[in-house]
Formats: sequence, structure tokens, C-alpha cells
Amino acid sequence: MTQLPESTERKMGLVIDLDTCVGCHACVVSCKGWNTENYGAPLSDQDPYGANPSGTFLNRIHSYEVQPEAGPAQLIHFPKSCLHCEDAPCVTVCPTGASYKRTEDGIVLVNEKDCIGCGLCAWACPYGARELDQAEGVMKKCTLCVDRIYNENLPEEDRQPACVRTCPSNARHFGDLGDPDSAVSQLVAERGGMDLMPEQGTKPVNKYLPPRPKDTLNQAPRAEIDILAPLLAPVAAEPKGFLGWLDKTLEKI
Amino acid sequence: MHPAPSIIAFSTFSGLGLGLLFWLGVDATAPTGWVAFAFFAIGYLLAVGGLISSTFHLGRPERAIKAFTQWQSSWLSREAWCAVAALVTMGIYAFLLVFFDTQVHVLGWIGALFCLLTVYTTSMIYAQLKTVPRWNTVLTSALFLAISIAGGALLSGRVTIALVLLVVAGGLQFAWWKTGDTRFKDSGTDMKTATGLGKIGEVRAFEPPHTGTNYLLNEMVYTVGRRHAEKLRLIALALMLVVPVLLLLLPFPHFFGVLALLSHIAGVLVSRWLFFAEAEHVVGLYYGMR
Repeated sequence: MTQLPESTERKMGLVIDLDTCVGCHACVVSCKGWNTENYGAPLSDQDPYGANPSGTFLNRIHSYEVQPEAGPAQLIHFPKSCLHCEDAPCVTVCPTGASYKRTEDGIVLVNEKDCIGCGLCAWACPYGARELDQAEGVMKKCTLCVDRIYNENLPEEDRQPACVRTCPSNARHFGDLGDPDSAVSQLVAERGGMDLMPEQGTKPVNKYLPPRPKDTLNQAPRAEIDILAPLLAPVAAEPKGFLGWLDKTLEKI
Repeated sequence: MHPAPSIIAFSTFSGLGLGLLFWLGVDATAPTGWVAFAFFAIGYLLAVGGLISSTFHLGRPERAIKAFTQWQSSWLSREAWCAVAALVTMGIYAFLLVFFDTQVHVLGWIGALFCLLTVYTTSMIYAQLKTVPRWNTVLTSALFLAISIAGGALLSGRVTIALVLLVVAGGLQFAWWKTGDTRFKDSGTDMKTATGLGKIGEVRAFEPPHTGTNYLLNEMVYTVGRRHAEKLRLIALALMLVVPVLLLLLPFPHFFGVLALLSHIAGVLVSRWLFFAEAEHVVGLYYGMR
């Protein structure tokens, strides 16, 4: 059913740390790898080795340059996948009931057998989290690795989304954001986790941790601690003697 | 947004066909016999042809029937129901008119109502999207309805009504463009809210996720032709409003009426192309584009 549940028992989702993400794209690769081989249709590529390659991805990493009023610009890597919104606009627009939000854990999924590939859910999503697979003609989106997180055939440490499991800088965290005592909720409270495009009214479950304030070594206080500075002041004046004569002669030539 | 030809053709021709069926439904003295047959045949060809063309943009058209299930929440599903209700009701109404010279007024009114509802639900598919600020307004529905019944009046030979409705539709089109130009900015969504990084400073897209293009960019960040938008708006308005009105004021309504209709259709097609080509989806912000 494409009517949203009143509330969900849990709100499983991701917390993404923009402070520690190094932009390595390992999560993109592991996501594509896992989701091509498991849940639903594979994530196809078009012209992968040709002149104009493109393909379906459930997770993409942007990089932004942010220029504060004072100080140097900051480069921030920005992973983006489905935010599993509480008021998911992609679900209610679906005409076939293929899109749905699970009551038990709040994960937004697509039943690919019912999807007619009209693309309206991708239009309704402000985050670009849904992509129509060009080979299969059905909508693909992040499943929060629903086939990993409850999978008892996997060792316990692997029962988390592939992107979280693979992240080498611990920039991705997975847990229940509906439980205020969970580790992810604590992290969000501590670091001031934020919503993307809050004005769109989607109430995203996934939260983003803003970059921590940068240190200020290049600014005013530094001059005071630089005790060697007076000794390093340039002492050379106009050259004299032989070097002075050489300098002037070379200048004239 | 990508201006898919199938969607442009669908919304233009089915809008026109449903507009014609609307007028046939509310007509106090509807045509009968072969004249009725000709009118309804044109109405059905346009409306059904448009609806069929709309399935061409589906990834899985063979499952299109499933689109009837979610009428409680989805405007696209409601559109499917309204279209079927309109075509079935008008079909019975037309059958009685053509073969039995009998006009059942109530049937006509109900059919006409469903024709309008179909156009309204079509418009709501676009107007509901907060992600496309240019579309996200009641003016979108007003515009679609006005163009539909103005075209229907023109097609059914109602010269005076058509003149009035063409001017109304043209006015709405102008207002929709004018207010649409600032609606993205007024929506409050920009790169700062999209990334949440606005508290630090000015945000600039540094590197996109991939060197190539992708579905999102092809579908929702379509920028081709926008630089000609001003000229195309003038062309659209001239063809859908000015030329038909001038032609309708001339004598020989049958000959010039056909020309007026063709010009109007061409104008609406240009306007619908702009409807998509000029619409900017907020996802473009993540790519530093509009």
C-alpha cells in the first residue's frame, strides 16, 4: 500500500559524519556490489567501457567547497543515499502500490514486481535517491541492505548495510533513530545532527553530522607564539663590494 | 525536467479530446446520428490516443493495469480511474445519441464532470510535486483545465465561448509563467539547505559523484532549450491565443476555424514542451545546477 504508516515501530537509518568522510567512494563500490548480486534486479550499467558510461547507483558521493566568511575554504565530501523519510513523498505518489514504507522498521522499499517504471517517485524525491534502472525498467533505491541486517546466515558483524560495514573512516553509522538511547541517536544529539532540505517537509530519518569547527593555526593567535620570528627577519640590505659591482654590471647588460 | 514527447503528446491531445467530450456532455441539444458519431470519434481518438501514448514512457508498460490500485493516495491512480469513468460514461451517452437519437442529459453531465476530473487529476500529478516549485501551485490545475475546455470549445465549433476561454487560458498561461519564474527562489530550497552546510559559508559544487551523466541528470536536470525560453513563450502564446482569436473573428468560420484549431494545438504543444523544459527540480542543487 502506498499510504504511509501512521508511525513505525523502529526508525532504522543511517547517520553520516561529514567531518570524517574522506570521499573515497568505498561505500559506493560496496553498495553497488552487494545490491547487484542480491535484493531485486541487478544495478545495470550502460556503455560501461565506452565513451559515455552511466549506470544505476543507490549511493553517490558529492564533494562541495564551502567558503566561510573568514579563513580558507573547506572541502566536504557528501555521501547521499535514500533518507528513508517518515513523510516519504515517493511512497504516496506511487500508483501501483510498489513503493511502501515498512511499519516494523520504517525502511522504504520498492516491490519490483509491481513497479511500472513511471518514474513519478523519482520526481517526488527531493534528494535524488531513486533511479530508474535502464535495463530492467523498474525503480531502484537503497534498501538499507534489508537482506543483510536481518540475515542470520551472516556473521553478526556483517549484519549492517554494506556501505556502513565497508567505510574505512567510520563516517557511516547504522541504527534505530527512533530510540533516543541508541548509539546513533546519542551521536546525533551530541554532534547536532541535521536534516537535509527540512523545508521540503519529508522528515528524513537519516541524519548528517556537520563538520566540526576547523582549527585556526593560520590566524591571529599564532603570531604570539612564534618566538623565532624576530631572529628570522631578513637582514640583507643592498649588496656591497664585489657582489654589489656584479649586480650593477649585470643589471646594465 | 526532461520533456518526454510521449507525455507532451498525451497531456495535449487527451486534454483537447476530453475538452471536446466535456462540451458534448453539457450540450443542451447535442448532435445525433452521424454528426454525433463524427464528433465523438474525434473526441475518443484524441483522448484515448493520448492515454495510450502516455504508457510509452513507462519502464514496464505491460503492468500498467496495476496503476488502478492506489486511488486513495496517488493522483496518477486517480487519473486512471477518472479517465475510465469519463470514457465509459461518455461512451454510453454517445451510443444512445448516435444509434437511438436519444439524449440522456444526466449521463452527459456525469461524463462531462469526469472529463474535467481527469484533466484535473492529470494536472495534480505535476502540481503536487514540492520538488518542482514551478509546478507546485493551484495555477497549474487552472491552466490545464482552461486549455482543455478552450480547445474543446474550439474543436466543437463554439466560436463565442472559444473566444472567451482562449483569452482566459492565455491570461492564465501568462500568469503561470510570470509567477513561476520566482517560485524556485521563493520555495526556500537552495544549496545551503540541500547540503545543510550553509551555516559554515557559501556552498559550491566541487566534484560531482561521477564523471559521466546519470538518470537523475537526464530526467530532472534537463537544461536544453532554456535559453530560448523567452522566444518560445511568445511563439506559444501567439499560436495558442492570438492567431486563433484573430482567425475566429474572420468570416467563413468553418475554414478559418480549422486553421485556428491547428494553430491552437501547435501553441499548446510548444507551451507543454516549455512546461517540462523550464521546470527545475530541486535535486539539481546537489549537482550545483538547476
